[in-house]
Amino acid sequence: MTEIFGVPLPALLGQLMLGLVNGSFYAVLSLGLAVIFGMLNIINFAHGALYMAGAFFAWMGLTYWGLGYWWSLLAAPLAVGAVGVVIERLLLQWLYKLDHLYGLLLTFGLALIVEGIFRDQYGISGLPYEIPDELSGAFNLVFMFLPKYRAWVIVASLAVCFVTWFMIEKTRLGAYLRAATENPKLTQAFGINVPLMVMLTYGFGVALAGFAGMLAAPATQVNPLMGSNLIIVVFAVVVIGGMGSILGSIVTGLGLGVIEGLTKVYYPEASATVVFIIMAIVLMIRPAGLFGKEK
Amino acid sequence: MDARTESLRIADLHAFYGESHILHGMDVVVRAGECVSLLGRNGAGRTTTLRAIMGLTGKRTGSIKVNGAETVGLPPHRVARLGIGYCPEERGIYSSLSCEENLLLPPQVGAGGMSLDEIYAMFPNLKERRHSQGTRLSGGEQQMLALARILRTGARLLLLDEISEGLAPVIVQRLGEVIRHLKEKGYTILLVEQNFRFAAPLADRMYVIEHGRAVAEIAQHELEQKRDFLQEFLGV
Repeated sequence: MTEIFGVPLPALLGQLMLGLVNGSFYAVLSLGLAVIFGMLNIINFAHGALYMAGAFFAWMGLTYWGLGYWWSLLAAPLAVGAVGVVIERLLLQWLYKLDHLYGLLLTFGLALIVEGIFRDQYGISGLPYEIPDELSGAFNLVFMFLPKYRAWVIVASLAVCFVTWFMIEKTRLGAYLRAATENPKLTQAFGINVPLMVMLTYGFGVALAGFAGMLAAPATQVNPLMGSNLIIVVFAVVVIGGMGSILGSIVTGLGLGVIEGLTKVYYPEASATVVFIIMAIVLMIRPAGLFGKEK
Repeated sequence: MDARTESLRIADLHAFYGESHILHGMDVVVRAGECVSLLGRNGAGRTTTLRAIMGLTGKRTGSIKVNGAETVGLPPHRVARLGIGYCPEERGIYSSLSCEENLLLPPQVGAGGMSLDEIYAMFPNLKERRHSQGTRLSGGEQQMLALARILRTGARLLLLDEISEGLAPVIVQRLGEVIRHLKEKGYTILLVEQNFRFAAPLADRMYVIEHGRAVAEIAQHELEQKRDFLQEFLGV
């Protein structure tokens, strides 16, 4: 059997695939964080909790109302986005003029509350969510078996990342967003309703988290702690990519997922820390992150 | 439009940045089709007056009426929609937008704005550089862009802040021609200027601003006889 550096090819490709799946989650989550930070200047620590809420909304939709996977794929992010809009209107909008730290503390507190509520209601043992029939099973690629759901997660995440990037960089709405990120006051003085855009941006950013959570539900399990387990790594991804860079967060997310996957093959002991080691190195060489601009 | 119609009436306007009280009872009137200039030393409150009109300062009290409608309670985007185009002192060109994206950014706030073709005919440089990053343009081009982008929106009242500042004489001259052309087209212009020689021939009336208030009003035909007074105030 073919081996690469002493690892059988199928095992290597399998881990590479898993790495890409994780990287897809990192990419979608850090993209949301980047969009939110750019526009609101808030480091959204509630991101992980809202990712978890996305998965729970999907589970609740299915369990209580019989809402299938494909409808949930639409409904769960919308529901999370709606929660985000309420959070922005009720709480965040009062913090924009203050230091980053206040937004960080507030969203961190929110994350604890949201997680606490779900822990109280559903425990921490995790709830199963079935892979929909269309996506169960695997492709036989001769040299490896590729579970259909993993392929779907990668494709769906990349599509969402691409659409988001396209919207921000290539459309008129995106030009408004970029302008409002760069100089909100002047942009508002041109007649653009910036407060509304800020609200919708937060809603959109957390809807991305909800979407990732929804995608994760069948891949892992629906668990109140799923967000906090993931979010620390995602913040490291954001730091490595550079806060506020759209393309940077997508590329870094995928890349780090792959690196993590490969580390699992070649030196499993470091797989949990490799992202943080890379973060330390990047911070030494480029403090603003790989794609960030020095201020 | 009746020449007597007031496009802008500022009455007893006070404006603050945090705790600092910048405008102390500003009174300014601009009638439709007029070009009015605010003169004064640095820090007198001219830029703040424009920013206060747009709602970009801190707390404001008093009255700012745009075409008769009170705007002191309105957020900036609602003020702009009344048909105001604002060209800030720092020009406000976005580095994350291309030249053309900068130009197309401000939404329509009124009918009868210039088309992109008309604007490019007026400022051929901008057409050449339309795909360049906004802040890669030269200072003169950036000023042209800052002015051009509010002409597309259909705004009839233009607030122009120090547009001649720091530019080569040939570009200042070109800007003067543009302003004269806009006056002919019936735009109403409120011009904040440090450069008296630039503003004096363009303005129908001038206000002298001192300590956050208008201390004198001078019409174009009074310029000669008030020269001494102006010299004392502005050091021209």
